[in-house]
Amino acid sequence: MDLEGILQSVFNFENYGELLVLVQNSLWAGAVLGLLGGLVGTFVMKRDLAFAVHGISELSFAGAAFALLIGADVVFGSLIGSVAAALLLGFMGVRARDKNSIIGVIMPFGLGLGILFLSLYEGRAANKFGLLTGQIVSVDTVQLQALAGTAMVVMAGLISIWRPLSFASVDPELAEARGVPVRSLALAFMVLLGVSVALSIQIVGALLVLALLITPAAAALRVTSSPRLVVVLSVVFAMVATVGGILLALGGRIPISPYVTTLSFLIYVVCRVIGSVRAKRGLNGRVLRTA
Amino acid sequence: MISLRDASLKFGRRALWEDLNLDIRPGEFFAVLGPNGSGKTSFLKVLLGLQELHSGTASLGGHPVERGSHLIGYIPQQKPFPPDTPMRARDLVGLGVDGHRWGIRLGKAKADRRIDELLDLVGAAEYAKVPVGQLSGGEQQRLRVAQALATDPKVLLCDEPLLSLDLHHQQAVSALINDQCHEQESAVVFVTHEINPIIDYVDRILYLAGGRFSVGTPHEVMTTEVLSELYDSHVDVIHANGRIVVVGLPDATTHHHDDARAAAGEGA
Repeated sequence: MDLEGILQSVFNFENYGELLVLVQNSLWAGAVLGLLGGLVGTFVMKRDLAFAVHGISELSFAGAAFALLIGADVVFGSLIGSVAAALLLGFMGVRARDKNSIIGVIMPFGLGLGILFLSLYEGRAANKFGLLTGQIVSVDTVQLQALAGTAMVVMAGLISIWRPLSFASVDPELAEARGVPVRSLALAFMVLLGVSVALSIQIVGALLVLALLITPAAAALRVTSSPRLVVVLSVVFAMVATVGGILLALGGRIPISPYVTTLSFLIYVVCRVIGSVRAKRGLNGRVLRTA
Repeated sequence: MISLRDASLKFGRRALWEDLNLDIRPGEFFAVLGPNGSGKTSFLKVLLGLQELHSGTASLGGHPVERGSHLIGYIPQQKPFPPDTPMRARDLVGLGVDGHRWGIRLGKAKADRRIDELLDLVGAAEYAKVPVGQLSGGEQQRLRVAQALATDPKVLLCDEPLLSLDLHHQQAVSALINDQCHEQESAVVFVTHEINPIIDYVDRILYLAGGRFSVGTPHEVMTTEVLSELYDSHVDVIHANGRIVVVGLPDATTHHHDDARAAAGEGA
């Protein structure tokens, strides 16, 4: 394939208007997942759980592959896998170092199981590939409703524990002294995280979940320390990446995930540059007293 | 305000203190001194409801101690925040105001007013919007005071709040705590290994050492006789220019190091 051929398959905007109507559901799904990813991501960053997200997604992949193999609902399978992994991490990994080694142990095991189930599966190859790299083009209305409903529940849960979870995340010692149930909140958040990972896997796939749950929040943190602004920016970044990724992907014939991950990566790079320029100029919000 | 009856605390077979009877009044500045591993921090944890007594009772405002009491303000040991902590000074104080409540903050204007008040009180207004990780230890500790005062606590528990602060900040932070004590009539329990920065404020002392303790005014406790008996070896206490110097302390720091970790409740 020559360069022009590659470009043709990556960007192709013929019949764009007709395609747009067809993928309306996908766009909505992308927007919902962007919103969810942006919100959850801020806490993932505060609690230093980036690696955990990766571990959870591998087990979620195993669950989805198993569901595919036995002909069950794939989304349900990935949900079971990720919530189980999230709870396991929540119960076992109390200390950070412990947590990372447990994740390191779980991750290859989950991926191995997933590969095992996929090689036993004799259906369409595209289904297999989709689990790892995402496939959102074919979202029907029922699926969209289920997705949006679940995302709403997760967001409602997150909002109801928002303040104490922030307290416990950045200042656990004082939070405990103030009677905040630090440990239960950690578990509750792991469950919410597990569900969010399972939902995100449908759009970007198990390997690229980080692009939705980590990168937008990490980018936001580069440019501001205000908790409110971090949340707003993180959500905006995640939605731009998902919706924008789907819109770009319409033209080509490759999966959506490379577009989503590239967009979110570019956003991160820009934020990082802005952040370091600001740091160099010493702009950190201190009111300078004039002598 | 605070009262302990026949209180004992043991880790394994080692007693940190036994049969402690104590009443701390509102408006009293009460210092807890002693070498590392003598159970100073554990004493605070008991009052916070995070550490069970081996025997005896501890009560606060007439009720048994409980976790998360609204009567308590707590200033933890100064531990610097990582530089990239996603929080500004005012957000840290905000956690003290309503961080323990469920849901998200709805009355933003009201909370903001309270946060501004507290920032002014501790003289931290000029760095209100600076990320906490970029503040000096002294600045962070002022915010800790603001955080602890957020609920107008009747009891202020301070765990080595002056540790690693320079002299200027030591004076500023201890003066803030003293105001809360003697002007707002809060009972202050101040854990420290160094009495001099607060010597002008202290009403009474609890000195813990070697499984024994002594309670009384600085003049009663900080004497050659009392401390020599506590440490079970001769130490000299010298009073000079309103300062107190203890000479000849057994090398408690290295000797009790492992115990100190056990007393803190965990290894890390």
